[in-house]
Amino acid sequence: MAVTQAAGTRSVRGTGGAARSASPGRGSRPRRRRSGQWAAWAFLAPVVIYMVAFYAYPLYRNLELSLKDYTVRAFVEGNAPFVWFDNYVKVFQNPTFGPALLHTALFTVISIVFQFGLGMALAVFFFQNFRLSATLRALFLVPWLLPLIVSASTWSWMLNSESGVVNSVLEAFGVGQVNWLTSPQWALTSVIIANIWIGIPFNLVILYSGLQNISGDIYEAAALDGANGWQKFWRVTFPLLRPVSAITILLGLVYTLKVFDIIWIMTRGGPANSSTTFATWSYQLGFGSVLPDFSPAAAVGNLLIILALIFGLIYIRTQRKQDLT
Amino acid sequence: MITRVRKGRLIGAAVVTAAVVASLAGCSSSGGSGGDSSSSGGSYTFWDPYPQFDASSDWAKLIDQCGSDAGVTIKRTGYDTTDLTNKALLAGQQHNSPDLLLVDNPVVSTLADAGILTTTEESKLDTTGIQKNIINAGIVDGKTYGVPIGANTLALYYNKAVLSAAGVDVASITDWDSLTAALAKVKAAGKKGITFSAIGTEEGSFQFLPWFWGSGADLMKLDSSKAVSALALWTDWVQKGYAPNSVINNTQTTSWQEFATGDFAFGENGTWQLGNVKKAGIDYGILNIPGASGPNAPVPTGGEFMTIPVQKDTARYATSAKIAKCLTSTANFVKTDNTLSYIAPTEAAQKQQVEQNPELGPWVKAVAAAKGRTSDNLGTKYPKISQQLWGAVQNALSGTKSPEDALKEAQTAAAAALK
Repeated sequence: MAVTQAAGTRSVRGTGGAARSASPGRGSRPRRRRSGQWAAWAFLAPVVIYMVAFYAYPLYRNLELSLKDYTVRAFVEGNAPFVWFDNYVKVFQNPTFGPALLHTALFTVISIVFQFGLGMALAVFFFQNFRLSATLRALFLVPWLLPLIVSASTWSWMLNSESGVVNSVLEAFGVGQVNWLTSPQWALTSVIIANIWIGIPFNLVILYSGLQNISGDIYEAAALDGANGWQKFWRVTFPLLRPVSAITILLGLVYTLKVFDIIWIMTRGGPANSSTTFATWSYQLGFGSVLPDFSPAAAVGNLLIILALIFGLIYIRTQRKQDLT
Repeated sequence: MITRVRKGRLIGAAVVTAAVVASLAGCSSSGGSGGDSSSSGGSYTFWDPYPQFDASSDWAKLIDQCGSDAGVTIKRTGYDTTDLTNKALLAGQQHNSPDLLLVDNPVVSTLADAGILTTTEESKLDTTGIQKNIINAGIVDGKTYGVPIGANTLALYYNKAVLSAAGVDVASITDWDSLTAALAKVKAAGKKGITFSAIGTEEGSFQFLPWFWGSGADLMKLDSSKAVSALALWTDWVQKGYAPNSVINNTQTTSWQEFATGDFAFGENGTWQLGNVKKAGIDYGILNIPGASGPNAPVPTGGEFMTIPVQKDTARYATSAKIAKCLTSTANFVKTDNTLSYIAPTEAAQKQQVEQNPELGPWVKAVAAAKGRTSDNLGTKYPKISQQLWGAVQNALSGTKSPEDALKEAQTAAAAALK
């Protein structure tokens, strides 16, 4: 996770900056440069220490956990045997793997599509700056400000089969009881709906700030050329928002891949694993029972990191292509 | 693409990284030994899973008292139950385990397996007078790893108003058939039957076990016909609407909230809700969970064990044992277990508890019929079996699989996990 984010931000700012800073260094006067370099390293040390202690080391530990066979006894005594990729093989062969992968993909893709679509629509809507738009926009931030445990618990009350408000409304319209959280057909849908609701404000805020960066002149010019509202959106707003959209979607992907609290609080990944994603599965393995199964849990966690990394790399590639054109 | 400048940077980065790692390693090793020497003064550490009790609580005061009786000060820390297992494992790994550790009973075998706990033989903890069925959860391969501080267990709370409105006589409920018949009557009277917790965690297994054991089934054979009959009973209740569909997602707390609405005839819940049932203003009674063909099914025991983790300085065990003995004396058992709403694990203390509070009578009876989840020398096999068991319960109740298929699959998976 951390890796992709770092890589992402670097490439946003870096493409111009890195080239500039590299060119004067290539020149002469090696001695002065060397002493200057030591000072530079001294300045860099705090950050490096921080990065190693809080990013590199945990990542290394997670990798080690997943490549060794840790039982509780081996965990305490520190003598777990090295088993190469046995834990990964075990994870792949586990009957939970296929469904968990599918659920992770569905959860992430559907969440992002709706969060981004609704976020974009709302951002454009609020950009009209009508009366009360600031107040309404602030209200839309509520899901973001609430602690996840509060929003997830509230959703699970609302979606309760017998006493939930959603079912009582549906009943008023003649629809029978839907077991939102307790039937395998609906559990995943329910957690996705809750996650979309929570993710909209993030998309709204970033896309709204992106809209503010588009110069009004362009819209004026478009209006002079006789573009209607629809054309203005598709020909001006959308293309100019592309860089902002890309980073929004990437961050959304990384956030959504690792969503754990909402699912755990609402369904515990159940019933019968029907809403288990990699994140909840990893927790289930590591901390969900009395007997922790650290190694497979770490293996699942690493798969999540790799997934996030892949998306990060795709982002960097497309970004580079865009810069070239 | 890598220019000379880049290469220089890489080497520099490598050097700094190596230096940092070396210094970190140095830090951690020196820090560890420093911590050890400082704690060997007159200070003993004590971890428990009761974060709800702060320093001013009776529980904390009792611990302080026992500490000063033993001539030491006790540093107590309360952790969340699920957190405590991992904290204890990590502490064991770093060789700075607390002197006294109070843990949930199924965790004892896990920690014993990790080699973190001393046996009562080593630590000289006194186990005389403790009821056999309760202490069994702490026995692995003939060795005892702790003393139960108290026990709680499950029974059926019933709502007298709902039952009399439906014309059900509680005395007639002696087995599964009569209970199901009672539920049918309650439903016909327009009220709700029974609520329990079948969530996909250890809680779900804990709640299912009275019915599983009540059928005569054995945890080593999850797909026996007896086991299937127990799961079929629950599935049948949910399908017929005697139990709400929400049980699939209920924790014991949310299940309690359902019972507390006053609409339900029965709620399967634990000793710890005794205080709340009075607050809810429900005219309640307590029925021991019936077995398939007779009263009093074996119920699983809950509750914590007092353990003494392994220390480098074995001389500390004597004082730790003194503190533990103080906490588990009859007088203090009564005090502690009344605060925790637990049943004491010795007959002498139970007698006193019932004298003070006759409502505890049925619970003492339930505890006498109770059984540790990790007993029968299941030990660390239990968590693996339990995980499959709650999975099967979820599969059957949600209608994904029939009880037979769900349990057959669970048995296959459990057998594979135990290999």
